[in-house]
Amino acid sequence: MSERRVVVTDCPGGPLLVRGADEVVGVDGTSAAVERAVVAVCRCGRSERMPWCDDSHRDRRRRKKP
Amino acid sequence: MRLPEPCGPLSEGVVETLRAQPVGPHAVPEPRAMGDVTYPLTDRDFQLALWILYELHYRGFDDVEDPRAEWDPLLMVSRAALERTYEHAVRELVAETPQDAPALEDLGDTPAEQVTAALVRMTARSGPSDVAQFLHRRASREEFRSYLAERAVYHLRESDPQSFVLPRIGGAAKVALAELQYDEYGGGRADRLHQTLFARALASLEMPTDLAPYVAQATGATLASVNLMSLFALNRRLRGAAMGHLAAFEATSSLPCERILRGARRLGLPEAVQDYYDEHVEADAVHEQVAIRGICAALVEDEPDLAPDVVLGATACLAVDGLAGEVLLESWRSRRDAPVAG
Repeated sequence: MSERRVVVTDCPGGPLLVRGADEVVGVDGTSAAVERAVVAVCRCGRSERMPWCDDSHRDRRRRKKP
Repeated sequence: MRLPEPCGPLSEGVVETLRAQPVGPHAVPEPRAMGDVTYPLTDRDFQLALWILYELHYRGFDDVEDPRAEWDPLLMVSRAALERTYEHAVRELVAETPQDAPALEDLGDTPAEQVTAALVRMTARSGPSDVAQFLHRRASREEFRSYLAERAVYHLRESDPQSFVLPRIGGAAKVALAELQYDEYGGGRADRLHQTLFARALASLEMPTDLAPYVAQATGATLASVNLMSLFALNRRLRGAAMGHLAAFEATSSLPCERILRGARRLGLPEAVQDYYDEHVEADAVHEQVAIRGICAALVEDEPDLAPDVVLGATACLAVDGLAGEVLLESWRSRRDAPVAG
C-alpha cells in the first residue's frame, strides 16, 4: 500500500473535490467527518449542507442573502 | 424474475422465443411489426422487447431455461434490429433538440476543455425538472408512490449499465469511472448499495422490491430511458455516448433530489424514502464533477474522436429522460382531471 495522500482538485465554477481526507473543519471550528472516498466541498457559500456541495451553485433562483 | 407479459407483436415474439426450449431459429422481430412502430421512443411494445433482450445480459429471467439465450445469435440479430431503429430515433430526437450551444471547437483549446465546457453549459440550463417540482410541492402520497414505481425500473438496477463500460475505456477515465461506481455500489458497504437503498425505500412503503411488477406497468418512455443506457453501454462503439449520458444524468440529479426529498418530508414519508434522496443530493454533486472532469474530459483527451459522441450521449440523456418526465406528468394531470368515480 502506498503512502496515503490527500488530493484536492479544483472544479472551476463548482466545488473542490477532496480525496483521502478524514475530516473537513469549517471556519467556526466544527468538524465534518468524511464518509465517502471523494467529497465535494462547497466554495460558493450557497450550500445548505455545509461544508458539502449540494449543487446550489447551479440553481440561479436560490441565492442566499449574505 | 419471470418474463414480463408481452404487450404487442414485438415483445410477444421475443417472449415466445425465450420460452421455447432450447432457443433456436425464430422470426423476431417480425419485419411487419417493426414497420408498424411509428415512434419507438414511447412505443411500449417496442421498448419492452428491447428491454427483455437487454435483461438477458443483466440478471436474466427464471423462466428462460436455456442459459445460452444471452448470446443466441438469432436473438442478437433481433436485438441489433431493434437497436438500429431505436438509435436512429434517438439521433433524430437529438437533432431536433434546439442547440444554442457554440460549436465544440469554439468552446476551448483542447478536446477535454471543449467537452467539459459543453457538458457544464448544457446541464446548467436545466433547473429542477418539472417532475421534481411537482413532487416537491404538489404530489399526493399516491402520486409519489407512482413516481417511485416508475423509477424502480432504473433504480433497482442503478449504475449497472455503466459498469459494462469499465473494460472499454482506459487510463484516468477508467479510474474515475471506477471511483464513481464504487460510491454507487456502497463504497464498500453492502447496506449503502444505492440499489439496496432504493429497495429499502420501496419496502418502507410496503411496495414490492423485485423488478417484475414495475416492468409490467412501466410506460414505453420509462423503458426507453433505461434502454438508452444499455444501448450506449453494451455497444463499445458508443462508449463516448455512455459516458456523456452518465455526466448529464449526474449533473442534473442533485437539485431534483433535494426537491424530491422535501416532497417526501412534506408528505411525511418514511425515513428510508428520505434517506435515498438525501444520499443522492451529496453523492451526485460529487459524481457530477467526477463524471464531467474525471471521466469525460480524460476520455476525450485519450480518444479525441469521441468528443461528439460524449455530447450526443449527454443530449440524448436530457431529451429522452425529459420525454419520460413529460409522460409521467401528463399521466398525473389526466388522472387529476378525470371525473371521480362515485
